[in-house]
Amino acid sequence: MKIGLFIPCYVDQFYPQVAIATLSILEKLNLQVDYPLQQACCGQPMANTGCTDEAKKAAKNYVSSFKHYDYIVCPSGSCVSFVRNHYDFLEQTNAIEHIRKNTYELCEFLVDVLKIKTLEASFPYKVGLHNCCHGHRGLRLAKSSERVEPQFSKIRYLLEKVKDIELVTLQKEDECCGFGGTFAVAEEAVSCKMGLDRIADHEQAGAGFITGVDMSCLMHMDGLIKRQHKSIQVKHIAEILAGEIS
Amino acid sequence: MNHPDLAAKFIKDNERTNWHNQSLWFVRQKRDTAAKSVENWEQLRDIAAKIKAHSASQLDTYLEQFEKNAMANGTKVHWAKDALEHNQIVLEILKSANVTHLVKSKSMLTEECHMNPFLEKEGIEVIDTDLGERIVQLRNEPPSHIVLPAIHLKKEDVGELFHQKLGTDKGASDPNYLTEAARQHLREKFLLAEAGLTGVNFGIAETGGFVVCTNEGNADLGTALPPIHIASMGIEKLIPKLQDLGVFLRLLARSATGQPITTYSSHYHGPREGKQQHLIIVDNGRSQLLGKETYQKALSCIRCGACLNTCPVYRRSGGHSYGYTIPGPIGSTLALEKDAAEFYTLPFACSLCASCRDVCPVKVDLDRQLYERRRDIVKEGLLPIKKRIAMWVMGNIFGSPQLWKPTGWILRKSLSIIPKKILYSSLNTWGKQRELPEPPKQSFRQWYKSNREMYKK
Repeated sequence: MKIGLFIPCYVDQFYPQVAIATLSILEKLNLQVDYPLQQACCGQPMANTGCTDEAKKAAKNYVSSFKHYDYIVCPSGSCVSFVRNHYDFLEQTNAIEHIRKNTYELCEFLVDVLKIKTLEASFPYKVGLHNCCHGHRGLRLAKSSERVEPQFSKIRYLLEKVKDIELVTLQKEDECCGFGGTFAVAEEAVSCKMGLDRIADHEQAGAGFITGVDMSCLMHMDGLIKRQHKSIQVKHIAEILAGEIS
Repeated sequence: MNHPDLAAKFIKDNERTNWHNQSLWFVRQKRDTAAKSVENWEQLRDIAAKIKAHSASQLDTYLEQFEKNAMANGTKVHWAKDALEHNQIVLEILKSANVTHLVKSKSMLTEECHMNPFLEKEGIEVIDTDLGERIVQLRNEPPSHIVLPAIHLKKEDVGELFHQKLGTDKGASDPNYLTEAARQHLREKFLLAEAGLTGVNFGIAETGGFVVCTNEGNADLGTALPPIHIASMGIEKLIPKLQDLGVFLRLLARSATGQPITTYSSHYHGPREGKQQHLIIVDNGRSQLLGKETYQKALSCIRCGACLNTCPVYRRSGGHSYGYTIPGPIGSTLALEKDAAEFYTLPFACSLCASCRDVCPVKVDLDRQLYERRRDIVKEGLLPIKKRIAMWVMGNIFGSPQLWKPTGWILRKSLSIIPKKILYSSLNTWGKQRELPEPPKQSFRQWYKSNREMYKK
């Protein structure tokens, strides 16, 4: 099984520890993982602004970077959802079909493909799980609160295997944090209000950390937290699952 | 109009924004409880979506069948291709019977057609009899929600308004007292009216009958007292059979307010003896939507308002920030159909969280539609040139590893070198309320090269 590691552009530059944690989780499972150096971005920022023509170059680079891998694993629900659900603006070649089918968000890869049963990790803190929307409703990583169906959460399944972690109960289990890509800037007032409300929910629940599958949501909330000198912290789920305690 | 500006204005009043958010979230929670009480809720949504898709696929046939059966019931059927035609038909009916007082129950279609000001100019008094609608009418503003028209107002706001307009006690804000005052005021209007107008929730092709769902009974009074009943209906309200109605009645009120069913679901099958019943079937852009595969599902909308209640943006920006008759996610796609240049900011007033898609009782793919609307906006050249250039530059950098590597480095370096004052200038929209990420010493790419790649060679 040849695995290509896809690291979102902003994670590469600003959150290398998230990428390292992702790599270390996969390596601990004795998987053969490559990080193709040709990769850059999946194209989502442009496409979500409506500029699919401008996104094509990035998307094509993504495809040529990863087409030879059996699986592509990425620590972001948003980027994966974009590849899987929105790469229909490209001509549907065999390579693209392969890539859309086999690009996985880290947690769903661990649960659905590797079917892991145990984890060697400990995180002795109170943690609030932020269900990042694109993974939540685009990849169905967990049951959304709107739907009437049996409870499930691939993320919670993994977090519950982490030793000494305490998951807190939020008032709104899957409200958007207001990041939304360029939305964060185009609708700055609403975006920040949504973020502050989300943080307040984690605070009232007593969380010391907010975690999630997307560093972008966490970056947005972290920016608000730091400006307001709040004590709550953000931590990408890969860092928790990798068992690295800071 | 510009959504981000209007939203920012709304949010400035933090306390009111919190209250607005909580009021609507309360409705969303009631909806959740109601949905859970129905076995196979998801299956019900699925069936509803299929019935709507089927109706849309044979709308011409069903419309003709509906017209034929409605006429057989004694209903006079009119066809209006747009808002103006609709308003003229209403005016003609009213003029020919010398009507000068019209009572109206809630109809988003007549809001869409801007019928009230049209008729008022012709000397006809139009009174909205739904309590929320009457409140916003007295304030001379449009509804801010399709089911809860005055949700942006607190009871104190209503108290002050009623004090000024209806002579209630100054400072009184007890809901029972205010409702009673409205009831007395509206009762006079009902008795005075020579005609009543309603919207239509469902038209049934098989029977030619139509159904109006309300909670206040105002539609029933407005159609029972005056001798003329006019009903305005969009072509998309049609369902094939009476048995289909049960599916929608089970979904509508639960999705809208969390009630098992609206207090009144009134069925109309022709006029009472010696009276008139008119039905105006309106297109006003709907057939254009029908012809667009990407957006056609928006015609399935049953106007429950669930997508508004769940939308984290709507809850924090208020209905008036959308500047269109129908706000929220569904309004944002419908508004673009009317005037893309005017409303181009609406599809961007969305974080693509997709809660609307999951809550919608008829499975309208709202988040996908707003995403596609953004593409159309760009194709039509409506995206501001500044943004277009930014996307072009980003597209080239992100599309090329050779460019991305140095750009990423520059970005990281500049964040650590540039003085805070300059970094957080007014040009930095991100930084108005948020810190930028702290740049690490090396990128993952650099780390990987020195920790993994070199050992592979």
